[in-house]
Amino acid sequence: MNELWIIGTAALVATSSSLLGCFLVLRRMVMFGDAISHAVLPGIVIAYFLTHNKTGFPVLAGAALTGLLATLFIQFFNRKVRLQIDASIGISYTFLFALGVILISLLGPNVDLDQECVLYGEIAYVPLELIEIIPGLSLPRQFWILLLNMLMVTAFVRISYRYLKLGSFDPAFAAGVGIPVALWQFALLGGVSLTTVVSFESVGAILVIAFLAGPPATAYLLSRALKQMLYLSVAFGITATILGYYLATLLNASIAGSIATVIGVQFLFAFLYVRLKRNSLLNTPEVHEIK
Amino acid sequence: MIKEVENPVLETHNLTVVYDRKPAIWNIDFTLPAGSIVGIMGPNGSGKSTLLKSIMGVVEPNSGYARLFNKPLDAVRKRVSYVPQRQSVDWDFPASVLDVVTMGRYPHLGLFRKLRSEDKEIVADSLEKVGMLAFANRQISQLSGGQQQRVFLARALAQQADLYLMDEPLVGVDAASEHAIIDLLKQMQASGKTIVVVHHDLYTASEYFDWLVLMNTRLVASAPLEEVFQEEMLRDAYGGQLTSMSKIAALLREKSFPMRHK
Repeated sequence: MNELWIIGTAALVATSSSLLGCFLVLRRMVMFGDAISHAVLPGIVIAYFLTHNKTGFPVLAGAALTGLLATLFIQFFNRKVRLQIDASIGISYTFLFALGVILISLLGPNVDLDQECVLYGEIAYVPLELIEIIPGLSLPRQFWILLLNMLMVTAFVRISYRYLKLGSFDPAFAAGVGIPVALWQFALLGGVSLTTVVSFESVGAILVIAFLAGPPATAYLLSRALKQMLYLSVAFGITATILGYYLATLLNASIAGSIATVIGVQFLFAFLYVRLKRNSLLNTPEVHEIK
Repeated sequence: MIKEVENPVLETHNLTVVYDRKPAIWNIDFTLPAGSIVGIMGPNGSGKSTLLKSIMGVVEPNSGYARLFNKPLDAVRKRVSYVPQRQSVDWDFPASVLDVVTMGRYPHLGLFRKLRSEDKEIVADSLEKVGMLAFANRQISQLSGGQQQRVFLARALAQQADLYLMDEPLVGVDAASEHAIIDLLKQMQASGKTIVVVHHDLYTASEYFDWLVLMNTRLVASAPLEEVFQEEMLRDAYGGQLTSMSKIAALLREKSFPMRHK
């Protein structure tokens, strides 16, 4: 049963991250997820200082708010200051992270809080904390939150699919037909931000970033259409979760680490497949004719 | 030489865009007649693309405004089509030719309305007009420059607008595609559309356009082709650019031959 909860929880993270990650890959801003996982530190510290509680809603809310703040910073630097997107991301998150580090030292050595709890969540603990939201049905707390997040992300992608697609492919055209491109980008980044925040307590920030970048990149290599890329990405994310879990039990290693490793291997295979296919295509006489 | 027209299809008033304190366009003020093919020309970095972007609201002007069909842009978005530079998008995006041209229908469909058979016909018809129907299912990453441009034009046609603003549609395009595109523009003009084209090639300008806007951050001229295509005007716009000057000299030599009549 525990096994099921762990895989299920990770699969929820995989689904949300792999979906949103597709749009990040296409917009060349995958490292936004990495940025957010660092940028939320001050929010966590403040929430912890106020409530003296390391888990639970206030810390989550603090992190989420700082995540959105970081998103605003990044968009402001990118659009209004006209700084490149990677530079905007870099300056925003290092600043916020540094703020968090200073806050920790200001609050004194008795603060039991460090970056480790953000960077490396422990998914094996997920089944330990059950809560009963529907009477008679006790599910792990993390599972509930991530289920809700996954439903929200899926609904968001489903509803705004056309504008996300247009905004990713040709933002100038999208703006020309009157779509508020900046607003939709903020919604997308806000979704990534929330997903990162609610996920890292259970799977750790590194695995979230692996999900945001890996399965979408693998799917990108193999896809001819955006919809196909989205479906493939989710499929790769979930299979990596399942395979990674059993790899971890087999090796008695970290679950998150094993899942991230499988994600890397998937990409390698996809890359080799595409290379082989291209080479065999180049050797057919038909192509020479076209050239 | 700035000629004002009655009932302009597009007019700008003191349009100014400043990037990082350096103006990209400054006080641009012109009116364009309906039903013409207008060339916007000027040296590199003269703000031609910025002009289109600020008219379309892609870039927020620092001052001034544009009116289209005598209305603000938001009231007439569906009657205006903007074709960005082909190089501004990633052609490795996972999409087919059909996908991209279908995007031209999005403004009419919004987020939720399904693609009707009418929309599909418009898309197919647009592809047909640019000679790309046979490539409908082709990956956009497998197109040549000229084909990519034709796909962009098909997407614009699918918008069924009355005014088209095109940013460098003839850059990096093979000769066959260039002819196909120009023929298409003339057909569109014949059916009452107005087409504004950012263009860089002085040699072909006199063949393609009936109205010329010359600019170099500021507006130099806006008038019928014959009146603008004069030595002093071109010198004004192209200033001290050596390569441009030699081009202008060559062009003026060619002017001893009669210009093509329209």
